Parts: sequence; C-alpha cells; structure tokens
Amino acid sequence: MTLRDLPLDTPALVTEVCNTSGGDIISQRLRELGFVPGEPVEVVGRGPLGGEPLLIRIGFTRFALRGNEAERVVVERIG
Amino acid sequence: MDATTITHPLTIALVGNPNCGKTALFNQLTGARQKVANYAGVTVERKEGVFTAPSGRRVSVLDLPGAYSLEAMSPDEIITRDICLGRRPGEAMPDLIVCVADATNLRLHLRFVLEVKKLGRPMILALNMMDAAAARGIRVDRDRLEAELGVPVIETIAVKSGGAAALVGHIDAGLIPPKPSIDDHLDLHAEVRRLLDAAVVMPTRTSKIDDRLDRILLHPVFGLMILALTMFVVFQAVFSGATPAMDAITAGFDWAAGLVRDHMPDGLLKGFLADAVIGGLGSVIVFLPQILILFFFILVLEESGYLPRAAFLLDHLMSKAGLTGRSFIPLLSSHACAIPGIMATRSIHDVRDRITTILIAPLMTCSARIPVYVLLISAFIPERSVFGVLSFRGLVLFGMYLIGISGGLMVSTVMKWTRRDRSEHPLLMELPSYRLPSLRNLAIGLWERAQIFMKRITGIIFAANTLLWVLTTFPGKPAGATGPDIDYSVAGMIGHLLHPIFAPLGFNWQICVALIPGLAAREVAVSALGTVYAVQGSEDTVSQALGHLISTQWSLATALSLMAWYVFAPQCMSTLAVIRRETNSWKMVAVTAGYLFGLAYVAALIVYQIVSRL
Repeated sequence: MTLRDLPLDTPALVTEVCNTSGGDIISQRLRELGFVPGEPVEVVGRGPLGGEPLLIRIGFTRFALRGNEAERVVVERIG
Repeated sequence: MDATTITHPLTIALVGNPNCGKTALFNQLTGARQKVANYAGVTVERKEGVFTAPSGRRVSVLDLPGAYSLEAMSPDEIITRDICLGRRPGEAMPDLIVCVADATNLRLHLRFVLEVKKLGRPMILALNMMDAAAARGIRVDRDRLEAELGVPVIETIAVKSGGAAALVGHIDAGLIPPKPSIDDHLDLHAEVRRLLDAAVVMPTRTSKIDDRLDRILLHPVFGLMILALTMFVVFQAVFSGATPAMDAITAGFDWAAGLVRDHMPDGLLKGFLADAVIGGLGSVIVFLPQILILFFFILVLEESGYLPRAAFLLDHLMSKAGLTGRSFIPLLSSHACAIPGIMATRSIHDVRDRITTILIAPLMTCSARIPVYVLLISAFIPERSVFGVLSFRGLVLFGMYLIGISGGLMVSTVMKWTRRDRSEHPLLMELPSYRLPSLRNLAIGLWERAQIFMKRITGIIFAANTLLWVLTTFPGKPAGATGPDIDYSVAGMIGHLLHPIFAPLGFNWQICVALIPGLAAREVAVSALGTVYAVQGSEDTVSQALGHLISTQWSLATALSLMAWYVFAPQCMSTLAVIRRETNSWKMVAVTAGYLFGLAYVAALIVYQIVSRL
C-alpha cells in the first residue's frame, strides 16, 4: 500500500520510497526528510479540495505532500 | 578538545533546516545591524550582520538560506552548500559554521547536522528552542550529545533576550573547534537514531497543541472559513488602516510642492522640483503605509506558522492553475498593490512557481486601478438596483476584480501547458509548530521590507519620473498657443503619433496622450486626463467634472475598452521596477511588460469592436 491510500489516523511503517525515474530528486528528498524503512508514519489530515494535499506525520514533523509525492512512499499498516 | 585560537575578525555562517529558528537567532545576535541583498546573479536573499562581542572582537555573521540537505534541490540550497565549502566565488569561506537545530525536532534536524559535519569544517551545534523543548518534556543531555557527536553543543533560546549569550561567549573565546572527523559511509538515519537513543528523552511525538490547532485550522469547512475571515480582517486593516497615513503623506507632499511653487522663481527648476522630485517621490511613498500594514500581517502569519497552513488549504486549487498554495498570499496581497505582492513571493521556494506568480501578480486589481474604474463606471454605467439590494455599479466593479483574477489564472494555466520543463513541481512542505510571533522579529522584518522598498524602488521610480517630466514638459508651449500645455510636449506628440495604433480600440487622442504620464502609476491617468481636457481643481472635482465631460464626448464602447485596457496594461513603473529587483533580470521585465501590453491591446480591441457594433 502507498501512503496515498493509507486511511486517516492509521499507524503504519515506511517500507520503502520508490523512484519514479532514474535520479528521482523528489524521492531522494523524501528519504532525506525521514521517510526511511521502519519509520512510523500517519496520515493525519487531507486538504479540503479533492482530498489533497495529505497531511503526514513522520518522526516529530508534519509534512504536506501532494498525492503523487505520497504515492512514492510504500507503507505497511501496523497491527 | 584541541582548538585553534583566532584573533582577526571572525566570520561565522549560520546554517540549518528551514524553521529551526535560525533567522531569529541571527536577529538576536546582530539586532538591526543587518544588510539584506541578493547573492550575485541569483534571486536568493543574502543576509549579513555584525556584532561586537564583549571582548571587543568583531564578528560578522552570514545567515545562510535554510536547507533540508546539502544534496541541493533549489538555488537557496546550492548557495548554502557552496558557501559552506568555500566554493562560491566572491564569498569568503566562513571561519566557523554554526549549525542550528530545533531541539523539538531533532529527528529531522540532526540528520542535516551530520551532513554538515561530513564537510569536515570547524563547526558548533546550536541547540535552539530549548524553552519549547523543556515545555514539552523533551530532555536533551547536552554533554552526552556533545561527546557522541564530537562537536561542541551550545543551548540557545533565539526568541528570548540574552538567549544567545552562551553562543556569543563561546565564539568570543575565539576557540575554533577542530575539524570533526566522520566516517564517509555512515548511514545518517541510523546515526541519528543512535544519538537520539543516547542523549535525548522525548515523551510525545508532536505537540498536543499543534495537533489540536491543526484539527481546526485545517478542517475542510472551518479551516476554509477561518482562512476567509483572516483574509477579510487583513484587507479591512490594509484599506481602512492605511487611509489616514496615505492622506497625510499626500497632503505633506502637496504642501511641499506648493511651497516650492509659491516661493521659487518661475522656471524649469521649479517645475522639476515640484513635479518630478516631490510629486514623483510622493507617488511612491504613498504606498508605504499599505505595504507596511500588509507586511505586518504577512510576517505575523509567517512567524506564527499559519502561512504554510493557508498554502495547505489552497494548494490543490492553485496547482490546477499551474501555481502552488504558496502563491495565494502574494496574489491576494497584489489586490492592495502588486509591489508587496511581488516582494512576498520570496516565500515560494520553487523558482518556476515563483516566476509564474510574479508574472500574474500585476493582473490582480490593485487599489491604484480603483480611481480609474470609478471614473469610468460612474460616467457610463447607469445606477440601478439588482435584486433590490445590490448596486449595479458595485457589481460591475466586483466584476472587474473577477476579470483580473480569472485573467491571471488563465495566464498561469497557459504557462503551465506551454512550459518546456515538464518536471514535477514538488510541494513537500513542512508544517512547523505554531509559535507566538516575537515583536523583535516582526520589527526587524518590517524594517527590512521598508528599506528594500525605499532603497531599491525609489531610485528607479525617480529616474522614470524625471524622464516623464522631461517628456511632458519639453519643448514647451509656443507663445499664443491656446491648447493644454501637455499637447505641445514630446509626450503629447507621442500620444498623437500613437493615436492611429490605438484608434481600433476606440481611444481618442486625448486618451493616448494621458496614457503616457499614466505609465508612472495607474491613478495618474485620471489627473492626466484632467490636464488634457483642461479641467482644474482638487482630485475629487477633477474626477466629477471629467466624468460629465467624457460621458458626453466618449462612446460606451470607448469607456469599456479603456476599462479592459486597464485590467491588463502594465501602467505602473513601480511594478516593473520591483520585478526587476526581485528577479534580477531585465528580460523578465520585458516579458511581463510585453505580454501585458499584448493582452491589454487584444482585450480592448475585442471589447471595442463588439460593443461598438451592438
């Protein structure tokens, strides 16, 4: 499952961040921001229009990611 | 540990993640002794300041742009990386790097600290926001962190007076820590976890207050309502709050110009001083109150952490039109005046999004268009009530706002589709913790904006106004001539020459002549028309008498065509000047002016040709 499809307020762990192209700088940046395997992550909100962007809580930080950015993050639900 | 002692004036560079409180620390260290400029050749802001340490040592501080990583993704991050490495031509390599990290967000910030450490440059770590960390029950074992990290660690509270004393003391001792050693193959995330486990106790993941506030402020319904309400308050304050100050400034400059007219001998110097120097300066400074009030609110929204939330709420809508949520505030500000709007685009990190926003900002209906619209609407649009309560004229004026907004969105959409670079524009936006804005940071921020406006803009405006004055004054009226003065000037001649070009838009020669001085600022067109039609008196009487005159002499098609012209035409040199300043490129000024004139011509042509045939 990708982060884009993760239901609201459901705890999950990052499995990997996929590159959509060879040197995908967005994926690289996501990893730098802490989206690394084993990191707990949660979708805590969605934008009012079209459900985008997603409000993500990872580590001690909140990020707003657009759908195609969140799609790069593969996650696994906990429990 | 061993340290080198340095005796010459020190240069230090502050680096850190965005939202680490770096700029607050910079303000705390240097106060108002700051110089804000751009790095040569790019539009990245360069902030440098100096302070004198207790020992008398002079320390020069460079506030480098915030960066998430040294694997640079944006022009700001490239600057930060290159200066840390001493690779940027014309910038000295700093003696010491002060890496700033938010103690409440160490999971993210320590990774960057490790990246900086990898550079192998002398550095210290400033653990900032120690007060907020303590309030949330986060305990950092400073000694342990210092030992594990191998870099001096100093606690700071950037928003509290004296909160940087320990840092100043450390720098003042002149101790440059040795270059840290680091293993090149270290997994930075694993190392961060190790450091956190060893030295930090964190009871909660994110602050409870932040979570609760976000539930309300980012709520699909309440969030949007609160945003709308906030914007309403800001606009009320900008328009009603600025009026007394603007009136006072206008009156002051009128008084000064009157003094010159009454007490100087007749001649060119008198006209030049009264019209070009005093009048020209006044036409720019009159915008200062609006700009300061607007920026006060923008700074409060930014400092409090609300700005990225507003961007969050609107990102989806704006991205459909080739913009980003971050474009919203600059575009909204442009409804007061495009100058602060364009200056506010600095909060847009993606260069392409920023340029698009700058290009369409002049299309938003700024307050200087209102006198022109009011003149034309009251002369040509019959007053009647709609649905019993609404004024038809009011609706037309509202319609002009909508035309401006939709015109801008259309332009940005077209730019989105025609851009050669189709790569994704990432949002990837951090929503920082909410904070109470500090008065000190607000004051310094406002002072900076006012300085930029006065220094950079007035020069260009002054030159342009002088040129306009020359054009509208020379060669002067021959003896015995009866027409208005402007008709015998170069501007008048140009107006007549331009007439054939504008005739298809229904513009008569009087409008063409008035368009030339109207290049200085839109509202000048009203007084310029007054001059051409030889109507005299105060601003209000000119507008009224002019309204009578043109309602009998112009056709409805001409009036509507002129309104269409004013939606698009770049009749404001201050805007072009600020675009030059913010993009550092004359080409961008030419592109903006060119496309706006093109659109204005086509729109006015269509309006005139259709309406005149009805």
